[in-house]
Amino acid sequence: MEPPMIDLTINTDLARKILTGFISSEITRAGYSRAVINLSGGLDSTLSCYLAAETMGAENVLALRLPYKTSTPDSLEHAQMVIDTLGVQTLTIPITEMVDPLIEHFPDMSRVRQGNIMARMRMIVLYDQSEAFHGLAVGTGNKTEILLGYTTLYGDAACAINPLGDLYKTQARQLARDMGIPAAIIDKAPSADLWIGQTDEGELGFTYAEVDQLLYLLVDQRYRPEDCVQAGFAESFVRAVVERVRRNHFKRVLPPIAKLSNRTVGYDFLYLRDWGT
Amino acid sequence: MKLNIALAQINTRLGDVPANLEKHLELTRQAQSSGADLIIFPELSLTGYSLQDLATTVAHHPEAEDIIFRPLLEASQKIDMVVGFVDEDNRHRFFIAAAYLSGGQVVHVHHKTYLPTYGLFDEGRFFAWGDAIRAFDTRFGRVGILICEDFWHASPPYLLWLDGADLFLLTSASPGRGISEQPTLDSARWVEQINRAYASLFTSFVAHSNRAGYEDGLNFWGGSTIYDPNGELLAKCPYHEEALLFTEIDLNQLHRTRARLPLLRDERTALLMHELQRILECDKKK
Repeated sequence: MEPPMIDLTINTDLARKILTGFISSEITRAGYSRAVINLSGGLDSTLSCYLAAETMGAENVLALRLPYKTSTPDSLEHAQMVIDTLGVQTLTIPITEMVDPLIEHFPDMSRVRQGNIMARMRMIVLYDQSEAFHGLAVGTGNKTEILLGYTTLYGDAACAINPLGDLYKTQARQLARDMGIPAAIIDKAPSADLWIGQTDEGELGFTYAEVDQLLYLLVDQRYRPEDCVQAGFAESFVRAVVERVRRNHFKRVLPPIAKLSNRTVGYDFLYLRDWGT
Repeated sequence: MKLNIALAQINTRLGDVPANLEKHLELTRQAQSSGADLIIFPELSLTGYSLQDLATTVAHHPEAEDIIFRPLLEASQKIDMVVGFVDEDNRHRFFIAAAYLSGGQVVHVHHKTYLPTYGLFDEGRFFAWGDAIRAFDTRFGRVGILICEDFWHASPPYLLWLDGADLFLLTSASPGRGISEQPTLDSARWVEQINRAYASLFTSFVAHSNRAGYEDGLNFWGGSTIYDPNGELLAKCPYHEEALLFTEIDLNQLHRTRARLPLLRDERTALLMHELQRILECDKKK
């Protein structure tokens, strides 16, 4: 049985209006008027950068290029293309010299550990520039990677606001296309670019087109796993994705606090972040 | 008889009642100087929506001695007003409430009777459930107020209709959700469908004042509307933006529509009661 074709098409004019309104509201209410973004040259960070520039004005956006020695030249070039097109402010700060001393401590360090260190070093630079530039750190994580946990906790996942977190990867791609983002960025294979030859879909073992449809049924449409199998998805695929979503939930919530008192942050001390604004 | 309604589709500051009060007074002045008879603010317009633990700290009671209601009541000398707030009763229960103010008096207070506590909503955790659905008399005829989830249930508007309301004043702070290929969000289309249906089924005017703006990641989609007793759209605010929209409604349309379509005349309330009692008795036996 073939998996069904599920239409994830969105009205991008509407999405754009809501997301730019969100960025403006949240940055302003936090007392800022500027944004800082780690611009890898991939689709998600490019899209965040376009949305931030459209909202806050290009001069109020700082795009950071933070290459490691193994980063593909494409990443830097694509990021430069975005910077030139939008006219946002920019800084290029290689992270190799910050990352390598720690990696060299452990000669047998795995690629995943090394990748996490790079992602977290980029977070350190992002938050340092957030303070220096007086801009709020705008995130780039989409709904697919948040649900799958395909992200480094306190690394690329770290941000002050996230405009893309409720868009599946295929929807982010559609929005990117409609916002006029260059095809070279949209069409290349998605990659965290943490080691040579890494691609998201290679590492995950399935394509975004496949998993987005399954996640849409499981999460948005509240299908039970067995309903997804009945709808045509392979049982092993459904089981693997459900387990992956469950196992990575820790990345989506704040660390649990052990409750002792009558009133505890997170349980019965409940306020929105926009409290008072 | 003509009635000029101002829909005040506002954003609010979360938990900052004095700031929201200022906005109410300013828009009310504008509406009054533009010739409006009645201005309708959205749900929880004086406090913001996602209050959580702020709920108990932003509460007020609508009376002349109250620091927030005193200026509102003064403003209502010149124009009737519907405002949204948290009402703390004398037993210290906290309600999501809407007050109708006119001529310096509190004419009516409605406590939200259905508190959504599912999905992204958590109202039942923080608020008490209202337990009355009453129409009331105004200088424009008999009116009913409902707040958001109240009008997702068919019975509150139906009760107001039987209680004499010809004009339904609906307020909400509806979080936008459900994006697809459509040019509007699912939540906007759902609400528009039911409001049009109420206008048609009850051959009445339905005015809906919804919020704009954001609270954390929630967007409020605006799109406030007025439907006439034929179910025709008379006015619509823009989506996702603040607006102050004036619409003159002709209350004589009630005569014309009900002459054509006497649904109210033919409504069989005794049959309803009979069958409802049977259904409830059946339920008991189960």
